[in-house]
Amino acid sequence: MATVFIPPQMRDLTGGADRVAAAGATLREVLRALEAVHPGLAARVALGEGIAPGLAVSIDGAITARGLLAPVQPESEIHILPAIGGG
Amino acid sequence: MATKTSPDKKKTGKAADTTNGEPQAFKVIGTRPIRHDGVDKVTGRAIYGADVQMAGLVHGRILRSPHAHARIKAIDMSAAEKMPGVVAVVTGKDMPDLRDKMADLGEGTVNLAHLGANCLAHGKVLYKGQAVAAVAATSPHIAEEALKKIKVEYEPLPAVTWVLDAMKDDAPLLHDNVFTSEMGKLGKQPSNIAVHLHFEKGDVEKGFAEADVTIEREYKTASVHQGYIEPHVSTALWNHDCHLTIWTSTQGAFTARQQTAELLQIAISQVTVVPCEIGGGFGGKISVYLEPVAAILSRKCGRPVKMIMNRNEVFEGTGPTPGSFVRVKLGAKKDGRLVAGEAWLAYDAGAFPGGMIGPGCMCVFSCYDLPNARVDGYDVVLNKPKTAAYRAPGATQAAFACESVIDELAEKLGIDPIELRLKNAAREGTRRVDGPTYPRVGLVETLEAARNSDHWRSKLTGKNRGRGIACGYWFNIGLKSSAAANVNPDGTVTLVEGSTDIGGTRTSVAMQLAETLGIAAEDVHPQVGDTDSVGYTDVTGGSRVTFATGLAAYEVGLDIRRQMAARAAMLWECKPEEVTFADGVFRRGDKSTSFKELAGKMHQTGGAVVGRATVDPEGPSHGFGAHIADVEVDPDTGKVTVLRYTALQDAGRAIHPSYVEGQMQGGSVQGIGWALNEEYFYDDSGRMRNASYLDYRMPTAFDLPMIDTIIVEVPNPAHPYGVRGVGETPIVAPPAALAAAIYRAAGVRLRELPMAPHRVWTAKKMTNDEC
Repeated sequence: MATVFIPPQMRDLTGGADRVAAAGATLREVLRALEAVHPGLAARVALGEGIAPGLAVSIDGAITARGLLAPVQPESEIHILPAIGGG
Repeated sequence: MATKTSPDKKKTGKAADTTNGEPQAFKVIGTRPIRHDGVDKVTGRAIYGADVQMAGLVHGRILRSPHAHARIKAIDMSAAEKMPGVVAVVTGKDMPDLRDKMADLGEGTVNLAHLGANCLAHGKVLYKGQAVAAVAATSPHIAEEALKKIKVEYEPLPAVTWVLDAMKDDAPLLHDNVFTSEMGKLGKQPSNIAVHLHFEKGDVEKGFAEADVTIEREYKTASVHQGYIEPHVSTALWNHDCHLTIWTSTQGAFTARQQTAELLQIAISQVTVVPCEIGGGFGGKISVYLEPVAAILSRKCGRPVKMIMNRNEVFEGTGPTPGSFVRVKLGAKKDGRLVAGEAWLAYDAGAFPGGMIGPGCMCVFSCYDLPNARVDGYDVVLNKPKTAAYRAPGATQAAFACESVIDELAEKLGIDPIELRLKNAAREGTRRVDGPTYPRVGLVETLEAARNSDHWRSKLTGKNRGRGIACGYWFNIGLKSSAAANVNPDGTVTLVEGSTDIGGTRTSVAMQLAETLGIAAEDVHPQVGDTDSVGYTDVTGGSRVTFATGLAAYEVGLDIRRQMAARAAMLWECKPEEVTFADGVFRRGDKSTSFKELAGKMHQTGGAVVGRATVDPEGPSHGFGAHIADVEVDPDTGKVTVLRYTALQDAGRAIHPSYVEGQMQGGSVQGIGWALNEEYFYDDSGRMRNASYLDYRMPTAFDLPMIDTIIVEVPNPAHPYGVRGVGETPIVAPPAALAAAIYRAAGVRLRELPMAPHRVWTAKKMTNDEC
């Protein structure tokens, strides 16, 4: 199962856990699995078919551009981060 | 591998190294061909936005708010509309109501109501210089005169321009619909604090308890502007068939198209954006300002409308980088090992939410392997222009604080500042405070190159002189790029790519195609396409073009090679997979033909060969740098003179070393200006008082020595040629490097930017008085 690192400001939804395991071949499936255990988490991370405004998701060190369709491996590390741009 | 380079070096010849363990010998990469657009640019023939002319052209001007914060009670445009020569007058009411609409612009999501109000105000003005109305007329002078005829009735409101003041409970509230977001969870009361971020790693309290030495300091930085030489300029033609064409100076034609379409609520296919040559952007030409205004003026008058900002408007009406307050605390063991860190950052976002606090928080400790760390960051709206990205947005303010504390730690521990950094340097596997771990990165190699450099090893002599060093980091992003290329019968290739060229990227991208095809860089003719001529391409920003669009060019090359191999197979009556390619030559058995020879037979073998590619690399390429500065401080005036400056950076692989050096030099100079002189001066009513280059002091060639560069090459495993982005990292280290140098020269630690003469003199005087 993939490991999802929960940022401190979302840990109210995971009972304080800083990382949780979740199965899924895509980010959408991982979030769906998380939502079943930690209600409210998916709604904070995703909006419609995409990542919520102002956020980004890093999978194995790479900020995904594929939104909820991003592939996830069983050993993947998933981080929820602020979105960044560049100059 | 570290290469000391100087700007007058012409060619390095062949470069050979390994990427991903594979030996690579290059013919084009690592050389210094003359840039493809060089002749047009030095002869003045390149077409910039101001050069656009067409039949029936009229000129637009913008009326801007004289108040930092006010309610707009009424706008009377009637007198302006009646002026001879005036063809259109518009206000925010001519734009669609965009309440609650968001748009994903590739680099992030924007609130369209805020973006629209930044182009033309709705109901309220939130900073002096905000656009309120616009006029189009048959001459720019008539347009300027017509602005004076527009009567705006304002109700002035209290203003706030310092980030900590704006965070107070009794501060003037800018928006009644902005609530503090904590990773998507919204506060209950409207607030000027738009975002609060919080990261944590390890056990911070335990870490500090284990520390032998702890240092905590506070830092302030002023708003500074990107300072591009070319002001914003756009020409729009809303044609009678309802198609809108915009010629503009932009860092991203596709994002300009999308922003304009979203703001005007028209189909994206209704808009074509033609990117003109660009006279600098540095992050400041990603957001639209003039494009939608010129468009609605054109729609109203039926003629092409050209709008050019003057310098005052650029300062007051476009995005500077945030002013900031940063507090950093670091704890270390006696041997120099860092055990804990804590940072508290407040960045101003300007008038609308969406500043640079995210990367600020993610970069503040990015150079170090900290086992325990906590970071809090705040994005705060106040009555200044909406901030925009500026080269490694948010990182310079954070590095000024963190690197300055590192320098103090080194002094307190009696450890050489490079050795302290090496002991704690981030490397492959280091987990940042925001979570992700680094792949192969080159900070250690960069610091080692600094330690071995002639500059660091040389002795600095003379009174009032000092040397400092600091590190800098920027992520470098990937994002989407597209390119296509046509093979010509003479063996040359015409390349069309979607990245506007700010720093010589036409050439660095063309060189990667040339390398892949085994032809000379000069045999590739690169062009930047408009939004109808090339596939979607994200902005020129985030140090991404040579990396991502270069990757697209590489893929184009592979596509062309596949097609050309099939043509050779046709001639040799064999299967395409039996044809090999190396060094620009196709081979099968004892038969061979060069790329050029085969191109000459293209029309016999099926017609044109067109390669194309679109890429979306997701991995950041992580750029680390280290800067060494020598300064002399005038004890009577506090003026700081930079005597010698060396910028070192891991470029992954320098495709065109001259352009890498140019980025390192340009970024360093901007960082030096930010450190020593540049500053938005605000009076008590929130008005900027130095909105011209006469009063906004940017460094010139007279102020600086030649910036020496040392390129370190630790190839990026995520790119076939090992490229890392290089454009942004060089601005990050200069303020901290200079602060350290000033300390060693004058005995005072400056913790506020700019470190202008009056601040240095005052700090020195206070130290002397205390003594």
